[in-house]
Amino acid sequence: MENSNKYNRRYFLDNGLKFGLAALIGGIGLSKLASKLYGKTNTNSGDKMELMTTDGTIIEVDASEVIDVSHSKDEEIKYNLREGMPNRKFVMVIDLAKCKNALKCQDACNKHHYITGEHAWLKVYKMQEEADTAPYWMPTTCMHCDHPACVTVCPVDATFKRRDGLVLIDNERCIGCRFCMAACPYSTRVFNWKEPDYGESSEIVMHMNMAHEPHNSIEFTGMPSKIGTVDKCDFCPHAIKENELPHCVTACPNGVFYFGDKYEDTVTNGDETLRLSKLLRDKSGYRLMEGLGTKPSVFYLPPVNRLVDFKDGLDDFRNFNSVEKIN
Amino acid sequence: MEVSQKLIDDLAPKKFGRKGVIWTISLIIISIAGIIAYIDQVIKGQVVTNMNDYALWGIYISNFVFFVATSFVGAVTVAVLRLTNNSWRTPVVRIAEIISLASIIMAGLTIMIDMGRPDRLLYLFIHGRMQSPIIWDVIIIPTYIVICFLLLYFPLLPDLAILKNHFSKTNPKLSKWYGKLSLNWTGSEQQKKIQIKSIHIIAILIIPAGFILQTVDAWLFSTLFRVGWDSTNLGAYFISGASVAGVGALVTVVYVIRRTNKLEEYITDYHFDKLGKFLVLTCLIYLYFNINEYVIPEFTSKKEEISHLNHLYSGQYAPLFWFVIIGGLIIPVIVLLFKKGRKPLPMFYVGLLVVIGSWWKRFLIVTPTLLQPFLPIQGVPESWHHYFPSFHEWIITFATLAMALLIITFLVRYLPVIPIQRTADEQEETEISKSKISKTVKP
Repeated sequence: MENSNKYNRRYFLDNGLKFGLAALIGGIGLSKLASKLYGKTNTNSGDKMELMTTDGTIIEVDASEVIDVSHSKDEEIKYNLREGMPNRKFVMVIDLAKCKNALKCQDACNKHHYITGEHAWLKVYKMQEEADTAPYWMPTTCMHCDHPACVTVCPVDATFKRRDGLVLIDNERCIGCRFCMAACPYSTRVFNWKEPDYGESSEIVMHMNMAHEPHNSIEFTGMPSKIGTVDKCDFCPHAIKENELPHCVTACPNGVFYFGDKYEDTVTNGDETLRLSKLLRDKSGYRLMEGLGTKPSVFYLPPVNRLVDFKDGLDDFRNFNSVEKIN
Repeated sequence: MEVSQKLIDDLAPKKFGRKGVIWTISLIIISIAGIIAYIDQVIKGQVVTNMNDYALWGIYISNFVFFVATSFVGAVTVAVLRLTNNSWRTPVVRIAEIISLASIIMAGLTIMIDMGRPDRLLYLFIHGRMQSPIIWDVIIIPTYIVICFLLLYFPLLPDLAILKNHFSKTNPKLSKWYGKLSLNWTGSEQQKKIQIKSIHIIAILIIPAGFILQTVDAWLFSTLFRVGWDSTNLGAYFISGASVAGVGALVTVVYVIRRTNKLEEYITDYHFDKLGKFLVLTCLIYLYFNINEYVIPEFTSKKEEISHLNHLYSGQYAPLFWFVIIGGLIIPVIVLLFKKGRKPLPMFYVGLLVVIGSWWKRFLIVTPTLLQPFLPIQGVPESWHHYFPSFHEWIITFATLAMALLIITFLVRYLPVIPIQRTADEQEETEISKSKISKTVKP
């Protein structure tokens, strides 16, 4: 008795609710339809316009029905600083066989990013895995990981990953906790321990160079640097946007750096343009610390069949300094 | 249930003597010096510290971890001893609660000192992202502060009412304050019922909260790739380490308060003996986790692990490492295993050693790992290969420690450090049971 009562009650409630919901949706739909129908007759102006269809026949329509077709401005609208350029995926390939520690990349990077601290964004490491293996020079940029540890731990979303692969820092947002620096296994991040000192002369140059650029935008990531915030290699989004290569790529005299788009499967070092997949396959490309699962966007080609002697680079090796001081 | 006048006279807070005043003033001076140094740091930037892009965290962080660890004492002594029905805790719980509250408040403050942009503090709330362990800390620390405060406050209510009456003639102003804070405590059955229930809830709540706090603190490190931090052991390691730091601090503070407030009658050798055993237990558990951290990786001998361990065993931090392990853990265990070692005075020195060891232990958890990155340290000034705190860092750190002691000092000055009502109740209980025994023995 009690059971069937409960059943009835539930049955009633269930169906009642369903019916109510259907009626509500139906009602809204009907009123929309009605307003459209009435709207049409109301605004019918009586003026007729002659138009040509795509197959060439002339038709006549009411003038009120003619609406401007908005042209797609996809490229500009969709370019959101935090989203990045649509349908791009930027990658870099660094050919260790060609690097001889000329440090032109670092100089160009320091110059164009107005780096004034003690620590360059781009570094060329003197590497040797083991006593029995050959030493080599290894330039490192930010790896722009697809699984970036720094982004995961940032408490305020100051560092973020864009769809086009770039990992950038909003230095108007950064609170300076340095958790991202501790998280990065590549030690790529640098901190502005003090107010950046651009020096007098270079400040003028900087203003001239930046005059036409929006300052402090994410486009100019980390530029000018801000005290108490984190900086790092940004893959030069300001250059990419102008269809230019990052500064390190163009500055390198040995064509070590290749930059490109993974979706287009091409990379270029300015002199030659190559198929990314073929290059990585043919030359056994690898990524740094693959085992950590960070999935870097920077690939390395092993230092084999070198045309240059490792020792040539030793003259330029600066163990304790990576940024030329402005005097 | 009546509280004897002697008990109140003994346990009511008293004015400081000359030593107390000098102590308080020195703490205030150190605190002010630290505040000045901090303002200087805010103006000039963290360039005034010796931190760098490799040693990117320094003693601000290790000091923070120390405060967080010490604040665990409330959870351990109050809650755990309460749940396990260890009645010897009565005279020391309030001191533990006071240490907890002071430490966790200072932990909240010290973490801000490390921020590069303290002006953007509110961004943590405006733009906070749940996936970051820092946000977990932002949530748990205020929660723990509230719980610690309530755990101190609820049991205080009857005592505050007693103090209100006690000071009504000698110090009406103070008496008025006690009256307000006692929330009209009359000691009625209903009030007692509510109070006991609340305390019980808070005492249970502080256990998970304390565990979460310590674990989140460990996860600040173990969620990162760095060698020495990237360990599943770290949560339990931090919890056990926190017990050591907390109980060590408790022993030290209890000894000092016992002497200054002349509480020898209430905090006896018996209590120190129990505290000593408790400290040994925590030290042994911590030693176990230390073996996990520092010895077991030797077996697989991963390249990075080994260079990290060698850095500690025989590198630039070796003297500190061995001091912390031997002085901060092994010697206390040995001393406390003997009954003579658990007398008040040796306990005080052991406690002090444990606290100092615990502080440096945090330094060793933070710094050497940062100086062992995956890629070699190159292209940076020679000084970046090492880290030792700068003058600013020391002054600011000492100031935070002084402020914690200042909070403890003020609370000790104005609160009864030993629960008056509870002690009275317990005395009555023991007398009843004694008389029962004597009655049964008579015939």
